[in-house]
Formats: sequence, C-alpha cells, structure tokens
Amino acid sequence: MTELFFHPVEAILIIPAVAAALLMMLPGYRLTARLNMLASLLTLIAALFLLVVDRAEPGPYLLVDDLNIVFIVLNTLVGFSAATFSASYIGHEIESGRLTPTYVRFYHAMYQVMMFGMNLALVSNNIGLMWVAIELATLTTVLMVGIYRTHEALEAAWKYFILGSVGIALALFGTILVYVAAQPVLGEGEAAMIWTNLVAHASEFDAPILSLAFIFLLLGYGTKVGLAPLHAWLPDAHAEGPTPISAVLSGLLLNVALYAVLRFKMLMAAHPETLAPGMLMVTMGLLSLIFAAFMLYRRRDIKRLFAYSSIEHMGIIVFAFGMGGPLANFAGLLHMVMHSLTKSAIFFSVGHVAQIKGTQRIAEIRGLTQSHPLLGWGLALGVLAIVGMPPFGVFMSEFLLITSTFARSPALALLLVFGLLVAFGALLLRLAGFLFGEPTGDMKPAKASFVPMYAHMALVLLAGIHLPEPMVAWFQAVARLLG
Amino acid sequence: MERLAFDMAHLLAGGLVLVSFMMIYQDRLYALLNVFALHALVLSLSVAWQAWVQDAPHLYITAGIALVFKALIIPGALHRIIQRLGIHREVETVVGIVPTMLAGMGLVSLSIVLMLRLTEVAGALAREDLAFALSVVLLGLLMMITRRNAVSQVVGFMSLENGLILAATGAKGMPLVVEISVAFSVLIAFIVIGVFLFRIRERFDTVDVGALDDFRGDRR
Repeated sequence: MTELFFHPVEAILIIPAVAAALLMMLPGYRLTARLNMLASLLTLIAALFLLVVDRAEPGPYLLVDDLNIVFIVLNTLVGFSAATFSASYIGHEIESGRLTPTYVRFYHAMYQVMMFGMNLALVSNNIGLMWVAIELATLTTVLMVGIYRTHEALEAAWKYFILGSVGIALALFGTILVYVAAQPVLGEGEAAMIWTNLVAHASEFDAPILSLAFIFLLLGYGTKVGLAPLHAWLPDAHAEGPTPISAVLSGLLLNVALYAVLRFKMLMAAHPETLAPGMLMVTMGLLSLIFAAFMLYRRRDIKRLFAYSSIEHMGIIVFAFGMGGPLANFAGLLHMVMHSLTKSAIFFSVGHVAQIKGTQRIAEIRGLTQSHPLLGWGLALGVLAIVGMPPFGVFMSEFLLITSTFARSPALALLLVFGLLVAFGALLLRLAGFLFGEPTGDMKPAKASFVPMYAHMALVLLAGIHLPEPMVAWFQAVARLLG
Repeated sequence: MERLAFDMAHLLAGGLVLVSFMMIYQDRLYALLNVFALHALVLSLSVAWQAWVQDAPHLYITAGIALVFKALIIPGALHRIIQRLGIHREVETVVGIVPTMLAGMGLVSLSIVLMLRLTEVAGALAREDLAFALSVVLLGLLMMITRRNAVSQVVGFMSLENGLILAATGAKGMPLVVEISVAFSVLIAFIVIGVFLFRIRERFDTVDVGALDDFRGDRR
C-alpha cells in the first residue's frame, strides 16, 4: 500500500494542494463542486489510513501521534461532509445569482487551500511551520467570508482580518519566546523549534520565559479559538460568509487553533516550575461560556445565534482541558468532537433554511417543522443535541465534565452548570417559535442535501448511546497524553 | 568589537522604539506614512546589522524585504490609495494624543521590566533586543486600538509586525525568519490590496472603521 502511494501523512497534504491547483484552473461549477467533494473524500480516506498504518518516526517537519490523529480524522470528516453540503448550497447560490461562476471557482480552490492549511497545522512538528499553516488557513477563510461583497460581509471580513492578524502576531511573539527559551539548551537552528525535541527537554528551559511565551500563545491562538475577550470577529464572520464556511469555521478552524494551544500546554506541563496553564484556561473558558450564554438571548440572526453558541462550547472545551486530568481531558476531547459534528449539522440545515426563506432573521421564520419537515426536524434534533439533552453525545461529555469538576472544585462546577443552563434557556426560547407553530414565509420545497446533516446527527446519537470500546481506549490514551 | 556589536544593535533597536513613539503623535496620514517608512528603514538597518554580527547571510534577505517592500512600495501604495479614494488626510483618534503617549510610556516600561527580569539566562543582546521588540509590538497594538481610520490601523499593524521581525532576528539562529517575513509581507500585501479592492471608500463612504460598526448585523 504505502509503496504504491504516498504515506498517508503526505497524502493528506498533497491531495488538497493538488486539488486546489486543479480547481483554480477548471471551469464549470458542477464539475468543480464534484471535484471538491472527491478531493475531500480522498483526504478523508487517507486520514483513516493513518489509523491503521504504522506511524512514521517524527521527522523535523511532520509528526503523527495519538493526539493529532483525533483532530485530523475529525477535520477531514467534517471537511468532506461540508464539501457535500457546499455542492448543493453553491448550486442554489448560482441560480439565485448571489455568486458568479468566477467566484465559485475561486471559492472551491480556497476551500482546498484551507483544508491544506489546517491539515498542515495539525501534522506539523515544527512550531514555526504550525504558525505559518494556521496563518494560511485563516487568510483563506477571511477571503471566503468576504465573498458576497456586501456591506456586512466586507465589514465582517475586515474585522476578522484585523483581529485575526493581531492574534497571529501575538502567537508569533510567543513562538519566538519559546525558541529563545529552548535555544540555550537545544542549540541554534531547527532543533529548537521541533516540538518533540522541545517536549523532551522542556524541564531544562528557563521557566519564566516559557510562562511568558505561553501567555502570548494563549492570547494569540485564543483569538482564533474565539475565547471571550477576543471573540469579536467570530459572530460576524459566521453570519456573513457562505454557510458551508460557517460550518467549517465552527467545526474545524476553532479546533485547529485549540490544538495549537493544547500542544503548548503540554510543553508547559512538562516543566514543573512554570505557571500553571490550567487556571488561565479555566478562567478564559468560563468567561467565554457565561458571556456567550447571556449574549444568546439578544440574537435576532439565526447564524449569529449559533456563532455565539460556538463561543459557548469552545469555552466549555477550553475549561475542560484547563481542568486537566484524565477524566476532564476525556470529556473535553469528546465534547470537541461532538460539538464539531453537531454544530456543522446545524449549519447545514440553517444554510438551506436561509436560502429557502431568503432571510436569516429568526423572527421572520416560523413553524419550520411543518413547512419543511426534514429540514425542520433535523434542526430540532441538532438544537436538542447542542443544548445537551440526552441521549445525544453532547449530553454525555457535559455530564462527564460536570461530575469530574464537582469532585475537584464544586464552585467551578456550579459556575459551569449555571452557564450551561443560561444557554439552554436561551436557545430553546429563541428557537421554539422558529421550529414550531404556524409556518410563515416562503413554502417552496427544499432542494437540499440531507445526507451530511443526518449522518452527523446519527454519529452524535450513536456516541451518546454507546461509545465503541476501541474509541474509548483511544480517547483515554489521548487524555493521559494531555496530562 | 563585542562592545560595538552590542551598542549598534542597541542603538538601532532603541531607534525603532523611538520611531514607534513618533508614529503615535502624527496627526496627518501622509506624515504617518513617512514616519512608517522611516520605521521600516531603521528595521532594515537593524536586521542587516544582526545579519552581519551573527554572520547569517540569509537575514540580508529579510533586511532587503524590509527596505524595498515596507519602506518604499507599501508607503507609496498607501499614498496613492489615499489620493485615489479621497480619504480624509487627518488621523482620527479615539483617545487624545497625550493619554496615548502616556499609555505608550507605560507599555514600554512594562515590557522592559518584564523582559529584563525574565530572561536572565538568555544573552544580554537577545534580552535587550526582546525588550525593545516587545515595546514595539505593544506600541503597534496601542496604535491599532486608538486609531479609527483603516489606513492608520494598517500602519499600526505593520509597525507591530516590524517589532516581531526585530524579535525574530534578535533570537540568535532562529530558523524560518526569512520565511516568516515573506509570509508577513504577503499578509500585508493582502491587507493593502483589500483596502483598495474592497473599495471601502466607495461602499462605506469612509475608511473610518467606527462607521463600519454601525452596520453590525443585529441592528438591521
């Protein structure tokens, strides 16, 4: 297998890169949409191969370990289903004239460049390369957020651009500081930027520099995760861009930034004298959760509502990883996977709804389950899952997190539960009328692709009912790795 | 020789902080662009000096990029954009100049206290370089926050980035510096092209980001 083809690690980088070049050149949106799906599918297959083939020794640039495989498989899976959704979404946008074929060609090429950037960030063993890859992925999403070129879209893209650039600048300063800390021990040059080297020798580094570096990295990459004081770009970017991109932003890009934070947290954990990274993350996580939960009440735009819900859930995940320990890490990891699947499913359905009704305003849409049962019930399931109702997977991860937090610090657990309840109320309040009651607005039947949405929901449901044994073992191994 | 290398690096990095301060009190856009060109020039001298001291020829590329791209092309392009789009030639500030200067001084002393205390193990050269670089970064951030006008925010971001390049070249033997400076140049080119292509002037009638805020989606 590996003799004939590239090693899967290389494949998940080469396939999107080649596809991006092809998509840039090929005309016709039907062809390019299919090619986009095909490339995403191939990348997913390559990622799944990573699970079975022997792992290569970590090289100076690429690294595969238990931690990043979780992210890569999730990334390529949601990347594939979002590409499937995007094909039918873009078809509608062309018919309605919101996008011209030239823009669609550009959009598909950018989609693959973004997948390349995210995959590269996930597999890179070099902290400089990781930074470049995250910058690349961010730039392409900025371009796609602004693709409609309306007032709001341009404003959103500009805001995302400026805040994202500041975040990326802070992250780079943090990266330089890590190098400065490592350089006396590991010598000059490449060696002091390779993550596996860094972790192996972390305990010999200068503790204060490493602590300062982590603060910069947390603020920098935290901007991209959408943590509370630095989240301002996130709702606009989600609301004004094409919906497949909202799904990918929420489901994937936030995770990639989180992955970078986790890597550096592991570095900090390997050094006993640095400041404890956990408390910083717990504070930022709780702040994001509670702030976003309250912000949910005043939303009038459906995509913006779910964007705030993403901030809330990223807060929960960062909180879980901040608490640390096998159980909380496990819960955080599970929650991240469940949130990615559920939130992208929600955006798939919301995207079609907004297209059919021609509006994103919550007040103008009513009774969706009656006018469009498949879409409406899909969204209803998604909302039930995302607010943490059993039997969905989100319930399980939140339950795990709450119980493990109660055992260690009840005060924090109370705050967590409070935030969850506030968000729960807000989403149900906002969406009850949206989904049920007398239908209003355009009643034309939906030409939608339901498969990605229901496939995600099925996975979330399955995970909630029974997590397969190998998966539990795998996540437990990762949770231990995270410390 | 050691002494001279240290003093020159010190002088140039300190000069960069000084020029950052000069940018804060400019109230005309054209003057701001000229001062920014000076900022990039000082950076390129500083990087070239580091290249010579560290005997790292690849850093000359970074110095060259700073000189050609940031000191000449970008200010020139922004000049033309301001003319073409007919942007107000005055810098509109959120906070007055004096409080901003005071805040700037606070930030510089903070970064010097922080870095000098923290990095006792790193060499004296790297340590002082980092202290200056952090000051430039923070002053750039301050400028981005206190300016309303998109062009001056871009200038603030570029000065912030100059601080990062200073830090990266000061860290001895850091790999990927050239690649990072190229990546940043691409980013900045994107921003500048964005300001122009998005025709912020045409669509919003102003390049004032404060006015953009009025279009926040939830108040539609």
